[in-house]
Amino acid sequence: MAKELTYLEAIREAMVEEMRRDPKVFVLGEDVGPYGGAFGVTAGMAEEFGEARVIDTPISESAIVGTAIGASLRGYRPIAEMQFADFISCGFDQIVNQAATMRYRHGGRVSVPIVVRAPSGGNVGGGLYHSQNPEAWFIHRPGLKVVAPSTAWDAKGLLKAAIRDDDPVIYFEHKYLYRRAKGPVPDGDEIVEIGKAATRREGTDATVLTYGAMVLPALDAAERLSAEGVEVEVIDLRTLMPYDKAAIFASIEKTSRCLIVHEDVKTLGLGAELSAVIVEERFEHLDAPIRRVTYPDTHCPFSHVLEAANLPNADRITEALRQLAAY
Amino acid sequence: MPPIKRTKFKLSPEQLLEMYYWLKHIRAFDERLSALVKQGRVRSGVYTGIGQEAIIVGTCYGLRREDYICPLHRDLGAFLMKGVSSRTMMAQMLAKSAGLSKGRDSALHSGVPELGIFGNTSMLGANLPVAVGLALSYKIEKVDHVVVAYFGEGASNVGDFHEALNMAGVMKLPVLFICENNQYAYSVPLEKSMAIDDVADRARGYGFDGVAINGNDVLAVYQSTQGALARARAGDGPTLIECKTYRWHGHSEHDKAFYRTQEEVAMWRSRDPITTFTTYLTGMNVLTDEHIQEVDARITADIDDAIAFAMDAPDPDPADAVTDLLAT
Ligand SMILES: Cc1ncc(C[n+]2csc(CCOP(=O)(O)OP(=O)(O)O)c2C)c(N)n1
Repeated sequence: MAKELTYLEAIREAMVEEMRRDPKVFVLGEDVGPYGGAFGVTAGMAEEFGEARVIDTPISESAIVGTAIGASLRGYRPIAEMQFADFISCGFDQIVNQAATMRYRHGGRVSVPIVVRAPSGGNVGGGLYHSQNPEAWFIHRPGLKVVAPSTAWDAKGLLKAAIRDDDPVIYFEHKYLYRRAKGPVPDGDEIVEIGKAATRREGTDATVLTYGAMVLPALDAAERLSAEGVEVEVIDLRTLMPYDKAAIFASIEKTSRCLIVHEDVKTLGLGAELSAVIVEERFEHLDAPIRRVTYPDTHCPFSHVLEAANLPNADRITEALRQLAAY
Repeated sequence: MPPIKRTKFKLSPEQLLEMYYWLKHIRAFDERLSALVKQGRVRSGVYTGIGQEAIIVGTCYGLRREDYICPLHRDLGAFLMKGVSSRTMMAQMLAKSAGLSKGRDSALHSGVPELGIFGNTSMLGANLPVAVGLALSYKIEKVDHVVVAYFGEGASNVGDFHEALNMAGVMKLPVLFICENNQYAYSVPLEKSMAIDDVADRARGYGFDGVAINGNDVLAVYQSTQGALARARAGDGPTLIECKTYRWHGHSEHDKAFYRTQEEVAMWRSRDPITTFTTYLTGMNVLTDEHIQEVDARITADIDDAIAFAMDAPDPDPADAVTDLLAT
């Protein structure tokens, strides 16, 4: 039986269920305790599990991540919350040098089963330091897994998978989706496997590869194209590292045209890598150059006029798809 | 609340009235901003310093233009005292092109080098290492200007804080670290994030003095600041001044602050730095009812003008979303 939850509630439900199931799971971060987190994601959890398992920390991102790593070495499965993904930079060294290299430098003997939850993304009027999409920094670093759900279903299933995963997982939860994305969520123990994309819409004429808050405008654009007689397939990557090569290639082989859409900036965003891999390995299947609709190479400004100028949207995706289909 | 005492650094009645003016102006500006948030005119995070004004006025009053300040998210008043107009600050908060960041960011994420104002990021504590660098430049140039850097007690748990204080202590730099200890870092009370009572104690570990004072007493803040400034200008290195205070509003205007009791808030409101100072000044016959009315009218007019200006000011040009990234 599936019930309807918001994306935010689905994240909470995943944590609550995992904490009930496994006493080794705990949460730490700023204001996550009685306050319930800056966005209310951990609301009610300190009451249920006590403040020893839903831990309010000092403002110390490096220590939050490092503490999670240390506890994980003793068999715990900590969930470290960054108040905003933007502040993950303050815990960067512990993630990229400590957690990411642990298994490698111990000859495969040591695991770091932590989750770092990072509320990311713009379109919420947050300005420079409350809107960022820093996923590419972590995709670029070997030794980490990176996920970015777009639906309530995946928000729950991917978080459960991340908690149970034996490697460090950076879990990007998009703030724009927190209360806007609402949908069915499985009851009980269903997980969404890390590394598997989802086809959100089938089509034969072009493929859109996207994730996070860009899935909805991509679907919107696909509907508009359908009215024009062009059937677009929309692939929601869900896991950004390791991304689902098989699903991507299967779709490209079917449609021969590819548009990549992400809210992160263009240069060295995930789109750059996907594009390179497709060209390297499926060049002969392409009938058109791969295109990208992304944030421009700039910061996330506060003024809504400036932010709107930057954010990819259904209009821009539609236009790019038209050009791609006509190529 | 201990009675206000005047001690070493004498202030004339005119200077006292100037301080009074700034306390009122800063309070009024924040209150009007808060109202604009409620009307939906400001799109996002406004962090007021209501209740904490004595810290800004007591530390900024009498600073030189060349003395650099590194303010926090609650320190809009410091920008005003350093010479930025109400119009510019209001345009900044409304994300208009006439603001300091041309609409790129709100809040206090922009500075004015020629007025000695550093614009910080959101990253708490990140202003402090920069303050050290600014102070280093004064030492290199052998000038006696000083850097005044602000941080919350919550931010004193960030690594940057400790790296900055250590470096400043080792290099004996002319920098004042002003802690605005309003007892809460968002929802988290001080005792949950520090195993000591006084942030001031942290200075000792870095080789300089820390003092904890009543941050709601503008003259106490002024006295301590003047003493620390004199030492810094004389080459005797940094000082940490911990100003104990309280923020009246929530963490941001969207926070209802249910984590605090009504009694606690009421107790701190009864220690209002402005009321206390007003009582003191009227008791000394420095301040009259007429003067109070005149000041209030002047401030209202200034802020009305700033709001009208900012509301009418044009939005940024969308093309400017991608400019000013690099010089060349
Ligand atoms: C490095 C970093 N982590 C988290 C935040 C989110 N945040 C913004 S203000 C705040 C509380 C700050 O408390 P304090 O330093 O005491 O200053 P106050 O707001 O009380 O004036 C938090 C956690 C941030 N801005 N920067």
